[in-house]
Amino acid sequence: MQRLKRLRLLGKRVAVWTVVEGAQVIELADVSYSYGGGALLSDINLSLGPGSFHFLTGPSGAGKTTLLKLCYAELLPTSGRVALFEEDVRTMDRDAVARLRRRVGVVHQDCQFLDHLSVAENVALPLTVAGRDVAAQASNLKELLGWVGLTAQAESRPPQLSGGERQRAALARAVIMDPEVIIADEPTGNIDWDMSLRLLTLLIELNRMGKMILIASHDLNLIRSAKSEVAARVLRIRNRSVQLAAVDL
Amino acid sequence: MNALAAIRSLLRTDLKVGRVVPPAGYTARLTIFTSGAMAFLAVFALALSLATGRLADRWGAELARTATVRISAPAGQVEAQTQAALRVLETTPGIARSRALDREEEQALLEPWFGPDLPLEGLPVPRLIEVIEEGEGYDRDGLRLRLQAEAPGAVLDDHTRWRAPLIRAADRLRLLGLAALLLIAAATAAMITLAAQAALAANSQVIRVLRLVGARDVYIAHAFVRRFTLRALAGAAGGTLAGMLAIALLPRAGAEGGFLTGLGFQGAHWLWPLCIPVLAAIVALLATRVAAFRSLGELT
Ligand SMILES: Nc1ncnc2c1ncn2[C@@H]1O[C@H](COP(=O)(O)OP(=O)(O)OP(=O)(O)O)[C@@H](O)[C@H]1O
Ligand SMILES: [Mg+2]
Repeated sequence: MQRLKRLRLLGKRVAVWTVVEGAQVIELADVSYSYGGGALLSDINLSLGPGSFHFLTGPSGAGKTTLLKLCYAELLPTSGRVALFEEDVRTMDRDAVARLRRRVGVVHQDCQFLDHLSVAENVALPLTVAGRDVAAQASNLKELLGWVGLTAQAESRPPQLSGGERQRAALARAVIMDPEVIIADEPTGNIDWDMSLRLLTLLIELNRMGKMILIASHDLNLIRSAKSEVAARVLRIRNRSVQLAAVDL
Repeated sequence: MNALAAIRSLLRTDLKVGRVVPPAGYTARLTIFTSGAMAFLAVFALALSLATGRLADRWGAELARTATVRISAPAGQVEAQTQAALRVLETTPGIARSRALDREEEQALLEPWFGPDLPLEGLPVPRLIEVIEEGEGYDRDGLRLRLQAEAPGAVLDDHTRWRAPLIRAADRLRLLGLAALLLIAAATAAMITLAAQAALAANSQVIRVLRLVGARDVYIAHAFVRRFTLRALAGAAGGTLAGMLAIALLPRAGAEGGFLTGLGFQGAHWLWPLCIPVLAAIVALLATRVAAFRSLGELT
């Protein structure tokens, strides 16, 4: 697996790509989760490798959002083991979780923004909180806003955006840190077909750059379109467990 | 050096850090007002401490430098014993001068009680010798013994009996002033903790978003700490200035005012209240930091 390791070499930070055979980016082993009542998810075994492209489907309330939250350490499993980049989430301290979230871009289903900042500032927020120089990335930011079709709304406040615009802004925010993994929860839920395809194209392009993509979606048409472009696999939640869906949907 | 760097990073116009938390409403004004009022009170507590300290020192010093020898003897022996006592005093190390008060001076001392026409000659009024110390002072017990041998009617009165309670009272006042300062600091910490907790609770959604996009706890805490520290600093600076102005404008009553007009700052003591805003800022920094990390710890 290609993994970014930071080595302190002669006082300089040098990024080194190392290849670790067989390493998985997200690994769930015998994972169960319950919100307090009965188990919502049980005995889930899943391993997602680098550069893979997965869809996650299932009926509403099946636990898609819950499973994704387990995958970016917002929730800890009730039992079983979740490992991200080979690290058990249970042993991570809060700073490690913060660093992890810079390597995993997430589009949340209920895209949350800071309403007192502009859309552009919200999209750049991961850079800001990571202490990166936002001004130096201004052209990247502009390009990204163009990609998701929000150039005109850059200086608006998030409450002024439509549902679809919010989702596009959330996607832009998820990818601005150039993360190794992108997890999106219903990223096309409120978007028309053309814009959905545009976002899908963006995600496919990111996948071709080597990023691992995991998308929860109901949209079978979207999944079919994706499968014609990339080797996307479809996971389905059924009976509290995850199965690989049939090749043809 | 470390503290200096921390303060510099706090003051750096790091708009990004300041802006990720929305501009606050009433907690900001509350913090500024509270630290201003507390600083104002702290100026007075400090003035009380310094003034009573000064008073205790002065009383101690003035009274310690003088003593009185009283000679009560049968009429025929008074003069002889007075001369004997003066000789003893002259040869005692640590005594600069000693002098027998003459009749007019004794009359003047008694005048407030008995009026100007008291015929002292007919009364067995004791003679008084005024003793002025020098250097480290004299050996009281040794002097008492020698006086007893040379002039049996001589009694040494070194004022310690009535000086001690005065100085104890002044010292106690100084302690009370310091205790008031500590209480003010603690109350400031408590109020800033409450205000910070209110701000953290009001911004829980913001904090959640910041955590989700990868902000570390120190980053989020810093945004709040910076705010409350700067507010406390500004409020306390205003309160301190107002307090110092109020003390500078205290009416002067001259010597008769005694203790009351002594309640002020003198010379370099005027620099002391300038520490109050700095201390307020440090208290705010610590209080907010503790509150922030505690409430962040409750978040996943
Ligand atoms: N914080 C929570 N506390 C208690 N129950 C919850 C919580 N979040 C979700 N649930 C329940 O867990 C179940 C799965 O929720 P989840 O959001 O994972 O479903 P989903 O598959 O994402 O659904 P949808 O397609 O509608 O987004 C639902 O029945 C929901 O009511
Ligand atoms: Mg969901």
